[in-house]
Amino acid sequence: MKAIDVVKLTKTYTESGRELTVLKDVSFGLAAGTSCAVVGPSGSGKTTLLGLCAGLDRPSSGTVEIQGQRLDRLDEDARAAIRNRAVGFVFQSFQLLSTLTALENVMVPAELQGRRGAKADALELLRRVGLPDRNDHYPAQLSGGEQQRVSLARAFINDPRILFADEPTGNLDAETSARVADLLFELNRERETTLVLVTHNMELAQRTERTLCLKGGLVVSDSATGIEAER
Amino acid sequence: MNLGATLMDPWVWRMAWRDSRLHRRKLALFLSSIALGIAALVSIGSVADNLQWAVDAETRSLLGADLMVRSRQPFSREVEDAFEALAAPGEAREVRFGSMAFFPQTGESRLVQIRAVSGPFPFYGELETGPPDAADAYQDRRYALVDRGLMIQYDRAVGDTVRIGGADFVIGGSLLRIPGETSVSMTAAPPIYIPGSALTETGLIQPGSLVNYRAYFRLVDASGVPDAIQQVKLGQETEDLTFETVADRRRQLNRSLRNLNRFLELAGFAALMLGCLGVGSSVHVYARQKLDSAAVLRCLGARASRVFAVYGVQIWVMSLAGSAAGGLLGIGIQKLTPGVVAPLVPVAVPSDISWGAVGEGMAIGLGLAMLVTLAALMPIRRASPLGTLRTPFEWRDSDAERRPFDGERLAAAALFGCAIAGLAVLHTGSLRTGLGFSGGIAVAFAALSGIALALMRFLRYALPASWSYVWRQGMANLYRPQNQTTVLMLSLGLGTFLIATLSLAQDSLIREVELSGSAGKPNLVLFDVQVDQVDDVVGMLNSRALPVIHHAPVVSMRLSRVGDRSVESLLADTSRDVSRWSLTREYRSTYRDHLFDSEEVVEGAWNGRPAPANGPSTVSLASRIARALKVSPGDSLTFDVQGILIETIIGSIRDVDWQRVQPNFFVVFPTGVLEAAPQFHVMTTRVQSDAESAALQRSVVQTFSNVSVLDLGLVLETVDRVLSQVGAVVRFMALFSLVTGAAVVASTVLTSRFLRVRESILLRAMGASRRQIRQILFVEYLFLGGLAALSGLTLAVCAGWALASLVFDVAFGVPVGSLALLGGAVTILTVLLGLLGSRGVAGRPPLEVLRIEV
Repeated sequence: MKAIDVVKLTKTYTESGRELTVLKDVSFGLAAGTSCAVVGPSGSGKTTLLGLCAGLDRPSSGTVEIQGQRLDRLDEDARAAIRNRAVGFVFQSFQLLSTLTALENVMVPAELQGRRGAKADALELLRRVGLPDRNDHYPAQLSGGEQQRVSLARAFINDPRILFADEPTGNLDAETSARVADLLFELNRERETTLVLVTHNMELAQRTERTLCLKGGLVVSDSATGIEAER
Repeated sequence: MNLGATLMDPWVWRMAWRDSRLHRRKLALFLSSIALGIAALVSIGSVADNLQWAVDAETRSLLGADLMVRSRQPFSREVEDAFEALAAPGEAREVRFGSMAFFPQTGESRLVQIRAVSGPFPFYGELETGPPDAADAYQDRRYALVDRGLMIQYDRAVGDTVRIGGADFVIGGSLLRIPGETSVSMTAAPPIYIPGSALTETGLIQPGSLVNYRAYFRLVDASGVPDAIQQVKLGQETEDLTFETVADRRRQLNRSLRNLNRFLELAGFAALMLGCLGVGSSVHVYARQKLDSAAVLRCLGARASRVFAVYGVQIWVMSLAGSAAGGLLGIGIQKLTPGVVAPLVPVAVPSDISWGAVGEGMAIGLGLAMLVTLAALMPIRRASPLGTLRTPFEWRDSDAERRPFDGERLAAAALFGCAIAGLAVLHTGSLRTGLGFSGGIAVAFAALSGIALALMRFLRYALPASWSYVWRQGMANLYRPQNQTTVLMLSLGLGTFLIATLSLAQDSLIREVELSGSAGKPNLVLFDVQVDQVDDVVGMLNSRALPVIHHAPVVSMRLSRVGDRSVESLLADTSRDVSRWSLTREYRSTYRDHLFDSEEVVEGAWNGRPAPANGPSTVSLASRIARALKVSPGDSLTFDVQGILIETIIGSIRDVDWQRVQPNFFVVFPTGVLEAAPQFHVMTTRVQSDAESAALQRSVVQTFSNVSVLDLGLVLETVDRVLSQVGAVVRFMALFSLVTGAAVVASTVLTSRFLRVRESILLRAMGASRRQIRQILFVEYLFLGGLAALSGLTLAVCAGWALASLVFDVAFGVPVGSLALLGGAVTILTVLLGLLGSRGVAGRPPLEVLRIEV
């Protein structure tokens, strides 16, 4: 079974009475434990694709299956349950809850499941990302790199089957970027998670097993198939 | 969404607790406005309960007796026999009339109400006097008890002398409280009690004088009052007696209390509405600030209902705390309120805590706060997890903001409206009043927001482009995204509106009295002049070079027949369209051959000829009484003048200017009919100064002790004092609105502080100085306060005009000075609160501010 299977995914917006297709007929599938980078210029549809794959948005047509479940057939609450159980996220802007401490931020997905031992797991993950002494700090008291490491710890707290990362190093300096990227790939490997990485950074993209290149909402190249589409 | 089940979720409470840690002070501030609204409701409810308890406890003392019988004439032998047959264990008499009181030590005099009492009245309750035993001793020692206000005004003390008519009395005590009477009524006609046995010494009771005779009874069994009334009625049939029982007095009082309570509740509801508005608006902004966090939680897998519940729990727990604080505050304020309503009620108002009112106020406040915050929190429920990937404006603009007819919010708003209307109906006990009540509040809110929006729009387009950047930016801030301009204008505008309307109404009434005595018009009335005193009184005026502007004889009479139907049959006819008061009232009519300048014939023709020797006389009726009696020229009326029936034909209908300081009459007879009837005369004159007025009054009271003098200064002073006492309640309640409005301003300024901080950073980065940023903030609040004040004042001018023209029927004028003062005060308050709430915004360096959570 594929970790994620995307078939003919299309997203169209209506703006001032005009239809705007930002993603058209995108199809790909990823086996469990593999990694894939989605690259392309700004406005090519990368973030839209990530949002649809993660069940954050609904496609205009086409399907997304995660762990064998078609997301388009589920309502928002059911999709939320899948996100909580099987999906992890890392964002460019970290998206930590500013009113919660680092430890509490990491615990949130586990607590949403009502899981016992969430605190111990969160403490272990914070130690794993190198922040054992930052448990009680609020996001505003952490540097950008530290916030992203907390975000990584949070992404892995529920042992997700698939991890979506949206420009995870986009807001960090080169040195910190390298450390965060190393950590991301290490954790991914350790926990055999499927990774979907949206990035502009070709160096980072090259560390994945497969690269999809988007342009104007279409897949213009796929390293797995070797297809180079012509526009 | 199963909100109930979600609210039991421990994670929801844990998250709510954690998330609130950094915002608790801010949340508490949001809820300060609802706390004030609840405080208003609790204190008003408690006062209403206390009033009712006091009325229940003092029921019998409201009348001072089980039964009171009243007449305009001395009781006849038959009536006295009937009284005797009652065999009442307690009986007292009172003769009540208006007269001049003269203070020989100072030479000052004033119109007062004399009450000559014989017997141990009151039987229930007591006359409160200083010293306390004066009430027991004044009849035996032949003392006078003088209204405390009067003693303070004329600087008199116990032991001084007061002259009533031809008799001097030592002031034995000051009257502090009379059972069943309000201080407002005592202000309007200050009473002086004298022993009934000394009445003849005063020489004030003359034929035709306006005197009220009262008999008070304490019965063996209070339940026997209806039988006693029947017994007295059967004992005589000719006299016009009025009976009043404890139940009657209580019914009247309950009706008055209901009106007072309704007014207070209206003010309380208005404060609560403002509180809800403040909370709703603050929570709305809070919810928008929380959309990012909500999006993250949604992205991490939290269901919409759980995310909604996290923020709902925060707000609702704080609402509960706010309602508890409001309850406590209400209890505190309630201790002050009895003092404010005391002049308006005839019972001593206790300040006991009414737990029922506290519970009810808190429950209502909490319920409404929950409803209003439910609507304000709706955007959180719809927070999209996509918000984690997209910038807020990319997705938010397409969400709630573009859905003006959002079903859920509309439903919540409708539910809120229904709750308000339902509560109002429940409280007033009448569907019509309740709906009118809530509709009135809605109309006031709608009118204020309409005026505020119109003013803003006008300013937006009228603001000259040449104005400096600081002014244009300050003005533009009123339109910034997430602005709360309308809410602030409403909250400040409502308080301004209430205070200004009161001031306008008071001003119109006083102006009318002042106008009525302006140049050339009479400003002093002499009444109760007996027939044999007329020439001497006219001589006295002439000797002082004072004109007799009006001179009218007054004859008391009652209506006997209207057309061919007797008054009794009309009263018995339940389908009649003639008002009862016009049939039963005592008519004080005059006779003359000319019209006064305050009269204008509008129907028929004025007939100045003397009455014919035989046949009905032609009379002229004032239009108000003609309307009440449903009669027109050509119809016939029969009057009973001291037992003699006089037939009349209506010759003309007159419009009368009742506002003038002069004698006006419902019925004017021709000459040649009433000259021989018992009567007294009224004259008007014009004095040039207070000193001249005082000198004339002194001479009149010393020479003609039965003649009373009413001068315009006294009317003005009385109107002013009565209005001030009534107005104190309105001012107190308006203060609630203003304080709640101030709380709303404080919380909304702090709520939107983050916008100002960000803007300040940008402006400073672009080179703006701290001074410029402070100036921009100043201009913003100046506009806000100024526009709010202007909205409130505009609506108040409309309401003031409506009150003056439609209710009081007086000329309307705008006291520009006092309104400008009020508008200035509201504007300064807004600027102060705004600048205080924005403290530090201008001064923080951009780099530091960028990392601060606001």
